[in-house]
Amino acid sequence: MMTRVVLQALLSHWWRRPLQLVTLLFGLALATGLWTGVQAINQEARSSYDAAAQALGQGDFDRLVAQGGALIQRQTFVDLRRAGWLVSPVIEGRYGRGEDRVTVIGLDPFTLPPSAGAPDLSDDNDLAQWFSDDGLIFVHPETQAALPDGLPRAIPNLSVAIGEVVTDVTTAWRLLEVDGFSHLIIAPQQPIGLTPLDDLIPSLERVRPDPAGDIAQLTRSFHLNLTAFGLLSFAVGLFIVHAAIGLAFEQRRGMFRTLRALGVSTRRLVAVLAGETLVLAILAGLLGIGLGYLVAATLLPGVAATLRGLYGAAVPGTLSLDPAWALSGFGIALAGAAAAAGQSLWQVAKLPILAPAKPRAWAMAMDRSQTRLALAALVLFAVTVVLLIFGSGLVAGFLLLGAFLLGAAFLLPWVLSRLLRLAAPLARGPITQWALADTRQQVPGLSLALMALLLALATNIGVGTMVSSFRLTFAGWLDQRLASEIYVTARDSQQSEDVRALLEGQADAVLPIRSTDIRLEGQPAQLFGVVDHPTYEQGWPLITALDTPWAQVASGQAVLINEQLWRRADLTLGSELALTADWALPIVGVYSDYGNPEGQAIVAQAELLQRFPDVSTLGYAARTDPAQVEALRAALIDIGVPAGNILNQAEVKTFSLDVFDRTFLVTAALNVLTLGVAAFAMLASLTTLAGLRLPQLAPLWAMGLTRRHLALVELARAVLFAAITWALAVPLGLILAWVLLAVVNVEAFGWRLPMFPFPFDWARLAIWAIVAALLAAALPAYRLARIAPAQLIKVFADER
Amino acid sequence: MLLTVDAVTKTYPGDTGPLTVLDAVSLSLSAGESLALMGESGSGKSTLLHLVGGLDTADAGTITLNGTVITGLDDRALAELRRTQIGVVFQQFNLIPSLTVVQNLAFHARLAGRLDETWVNTVSERLGLTTVGARYPEQLSGGQQQRVAIGRAIAAKPALLLADEPTGNLDEDTADTVMSLLVDLTKEANTGLLVVTHSQARAAALDRHLTLSKGSLA
Ligand SMILES: Nc1ncnc2c1ncn2[C@@H]1O[C@H](COP(=O)(O)OP(=O)(O)O)[C@@H](O)[C@H]1O
Ligand SMILES: [Mg+2]
Repeated sequence: MMTRVVLQALLSHWWRRPLQLVTLLFGLALATGLWTGVQAINQEARSSYDAAAQALGQGDFDRLVAQGGALIQRQTFVDLRRAGWLVSPVIEGRYGRGEDRVTVIGLDPFTLPPSAGAPDLSDDNDLAQWFSDDGLIFVHPETQAALPDGLPRAIPNLSVAIGEVVTDVTTAWRLLEVDGFSHLIIAPQQPIGLTPLDDLIPSLERVRPDPAGDIAQLTRSFHLNLTAFGLLSFAVGLFIVHAAIGLAFEQRRGMFRTLRALGVSTRRLVAVLAGETLVLAILAGLLGIGLGYLVAATLLPGVAATLRGLYGAAVPGTLSLDPAWALSGFGIALAGAAAAAGQSLWQVAKLPILAPAKPRAWAMAMDRSQTRLALAALVLFAVTVVLLIFGSGLVAGFLLLGAFLLGAAFLLPWVLSRLLRLAAPLARGPITQWALADTRQQVPGLSLALMALLLALATNIGVGTMVSSFRLTFAGWLDQRLASEIYVTARDSQQSEDVRALLEGQADAVLPIRSTDIRLEGQPAQLFGVVDHPTYEQGWPLITALDTPWAQVASGQAVLINEQLWRRADLTLGSELALTADWALPIVGVYSDYGNPEGQAIVAQAELLQRFPDVSTLGYAARTDPAQVEALRAALIDIGVPAGNILNQAEVKTFSLDVFDRTFLVTAALNVLTLGVAAFAMLASLTTLAGLRLPQLAPLWAMGLTRRHLALVELARAVLFAAITWALAVPLGLILAWVLLAVVNVEAFGWRLPMFPFPFDWARLAIWAIVAALLAAALPAYRLARIAPAQLIKVFADER
Repeated sequence: MLLTVDAVTKTYPGDTGPLTVLDAVSLSLSAGESLALMGESGSGKSTLLHLVGGLDTADAGTITLNGTVITGLDDRALAELRRTQIGVVFQQFNLIPSLTVVQNLAFHARLAGRLDETWVNTVSERLGLTTVGARYPEQLSGGQQQRVAIGRAIAAKPALLLADEPTGNLDEDTADTVMSLLVDLTKEANTGLLVVTHSQARAAALDRHLTLSKGSLA
C-alpha cells in the first residue's frame, strides 16, 4: 500500500516530463540495439564458419596431406586402402573467377566415414546422375543464385557451406583439371594391427582437425573490430542513460526528502527506485532488441560482402533469428541500466533528510568532480603507455585504444572549463561575458553528452583517416601492381595453349600466371612463379630488398615474400625460407600485398613448374599498347575465350577498388550511427537542462534581453561546444588513426600503412558536428524563444 | 510625471471562469519619489509591478513612462525599455550565478550602455559589498545577495526601480537596513521607486503608500 503511494509519487515525475522518459528509454534502447546488432552479425558469421568447417567431414577428422600442399597420387590412396586403412579421398580447388568463384569439393561417397555428412542421394535419379559423365553438384541455395558457368546440374542442399560446391571426385577432377587428391580423410575407427602410416607413406603428413578453421582465425580481427564498434556505441549510449537517470534523480531530490520526512524508509525508497529502473530497463531492452535486429539485418549484406571480398569467407546475406543474442541484448540493457543508475541509487541511500544548510558553491563542486575525472584520465593514459610499450596482440591493441579514448573523454570537462576560463577576459560586451561564464557553468551538465560527441568525432576521424589512407595506398599499389594491360583466364588447358600462342603473336610480352597453394612457416599461403620480365622490376611494390632481387629470383636462387608473411613469421632479408621439405631459398625482398589475407611468395616460374607440375596453367597477363587491348580482346573471344574471362587493367582496378569500398561500407555505417547517438545525447542533455535553466535566464530577460536573444545565445553555445569538441577530436582522431594503422592493422592483417591527412574530411565532419549541435539545440532554443513571459515571471514568484 | 498608470485591467483565465486581478487601476509617481504597494496575498501587487515593468502586458488601460506609452509596445521595444529605463529587484533568483559579485553589479549598467565606474563603486561601498566582490552569488548570505541585486539595479541608473517584496526572505534587522539603503540610494539617483511590501513599518519609510484590494487601489 505504502509502496504504491510512493511509486505513484515517483512516477508522477515521468508523467510530467514525457520527453525525459523517452530520452532515457531511447538512449538505453540505442545502446542495447547497436550492441545487439553487432553481436547478431558476429554470431551469424561465426555460425556460418562453423557450418563450413562442419560440412562434408572437413572438421572432425584427421587428414593426410602431402608436404608443401602438393596433390596426393591416386595410387597412394589405393595403396592405403589395400593396407587396410579406412581413408577417403577429397579433392578441393577453386573454380570460376571473381565474385562467382566457388570452392569445388570432390568426395567419394563409398569410402566417406558415415558421420562426415555425405550429401543425400536417396533419389534414384540423383544417384544415377551423380555417377554419370555429366555429374551432379550440391550447393547451398544461396550459392546457387550466382554460380559460374560450366557446372553440372545443381541440387540445393542446406548442409553445404555457402560458396562451396560438393560433387564426386571424378567430376571435381574434370572441373578443376587436375588428377589426384588434396587430402585423405582418416576415419576415426580403424581396424587393429595396421602398419603405421609413417612406415607406409612417410611423405604424407597427418594433421589434426582445426575446428575453428583458418577463416575463423583470419576474420577474428574483423569481428573484433565490429565488437569494438558495438562496445563504443554502447558506451556512448550509456553516457546518455547515465545523464538521463542522474537528472531524473536530481530533479526528484526534493521529493525524496519529502517522502523520507513522511516516514518512508531509505530501504523502501531505494527498492522502489531500483524497481522503477528495472522496468525501464526491460522496456528499453525490448525496444533495443528490435532495433538491434534492424541494425543487423541492414548491415549484414555489407558485412557478408566484406567478408567475401577481404577474406574469401562465405556468410549468408540474410539474418536468422537467434534467441541467444536477443537474451544477451536483454542482459546488456539490464547491466547498462544498473551501471548508469548505481551511482544515483547510492546517493539516494545516503541522502540526508534535511537539505544541507548551504549548498556548496557550484564552482568548487565543479572543480572537484572535474579534477577527479582528470585524475582518472591520467591513470588511463598511463595504462595506454604501458600497453603501448609492453602490450602485444590485437586485444592489447584494442584495449590500448579503449583506455586512450576513454581517458581523453574524461579529460574533456576539465579542458573545456580551462579553455572557457582562459577565454573569459577576452569578452568585450556584458552579454559575451555572461555567455562565456554561463557556458562554463553548463559544462558539468553537458559533459556526458560532449564526451560522447568527442568519442564519436574522434572515432570518425580516426577510422576515416585509416580507411582513406588505406584506400590511397591501395589505389597507388594497384597502379603499380597491375602493370599488365590485359588479364586472361583460359577455360581449359587445351585453350590455354591457344591463348598463349595468340598472345605471343599479338602482345608485346606474355606473363603466364602460375601459382599453387602451399604452407609457409606453418600458415596457408600461395606460391607464385614469375617469368623474367622488366615489368616486375619496374612495377612491383617492394618494401625492402637486397640488391638485384628480380635477377636473383629469375635465376631460381631466391624468393620474394609478401609483407604479411614477413611480419607474421618475423622473417629477415637474407634468411632461408623453406618452401617444401627439400627446397629452401634465401629471401631477397618483401613486397606489399594489400587485401590478401594469406602469406605469399614468388619464385622463378620454371622452378615452380618443375617442383609442382600439376599447377593450373590457365592464367595469363600480357603487356601491350593500351590502344590494342580491345583488338586483343576480340581476338581472344574469337578463339573461344569467354568474354567474362578477359579483363583489362582498368576493369581489374575498378573491381578491386569496388571490393575495397564495400569492405569499409560497414565501418562508415557504424561511424554515422555512432555520431547519431552522440547527437541524440546532446539533444537529450540540452532538452532536459533547458528546464533547469529558467532561473538563470529569467533575470537576464527581466533586465532587457529578448527571449529570441537568449535563444540565440543557447544556439551559439551549442555550436561553440561542438566546435571546441571537434577541434580536440582532430588530434585525438589522428592518434587513433596512427594506432589503427601502425598497431592494429599490423596485428590484424599483417601490413603497415602510411598515414595521410585528409583535412577536407575533417572540415566536413566539423560541419556535421555543428549541424548536429544546432539540431540538438534547436528544439530547446525554439521553446525558449517561444516561452510565455508568465513562465519567466513565475521564476520570481513568491511561492517558489 | 515619471509614471502614469491609467485604468489598467488584467484578467487571468481561472479554474472557475476569468479572474480579474486588476480592475481599472490608476496611479502616478514622479521622479525620485517612492511608493509602497501593499495588500493581501493574491491581491495583484506583483501583477501590477510586472505590467509597469514591461514584463507582462495589460488587457486594457495605458501605462506611460517618461512620456512614452508602454502598453502596446512589442517584445523588442519592451526589452529595450527594461534594459534602459527600469530596474527590478525580486524576492529571490535575482542574480546571475555564473558571474561574480563585481560582474553582477556592473552587469545591468553595461547592458544599458551607461557604465559609470565611479557610481558603481560608490553603490558597492554604500552596500558594503567591496570585500565580497570576487565571490559568486552562492557564496553569499541572503542579505548580501539582495544587496547585490539592489546595487545592480541602482548602478544602471534606471528611471524607475521596481522591487517585489525585496526583504521577504530576510530577517528583521537585515530587512530594515536593506530597505533604507534602497530608499536612500534611489533618492540620490533621482530614481522613482515602487516597492511591494507586507510590512507597515517598512512602508512607512517611503514617501507614499497604496493598498490593493479586490482589484482596486484604496
Ligand atoms: N500567470 C497567471 N495565470 C493565472 N493566474 C495568475 C497568474 N499570475 C497570477 N495569477 C493570479 O492572480 C492573482 C494575483 O497574483 P499576484 O499579482 O501574484 O498577487 P500578489 O503579488 O498580490 O500576491 C492571484 O490569484 C494569482 O493566483
Ligand atoms: Mg506577489
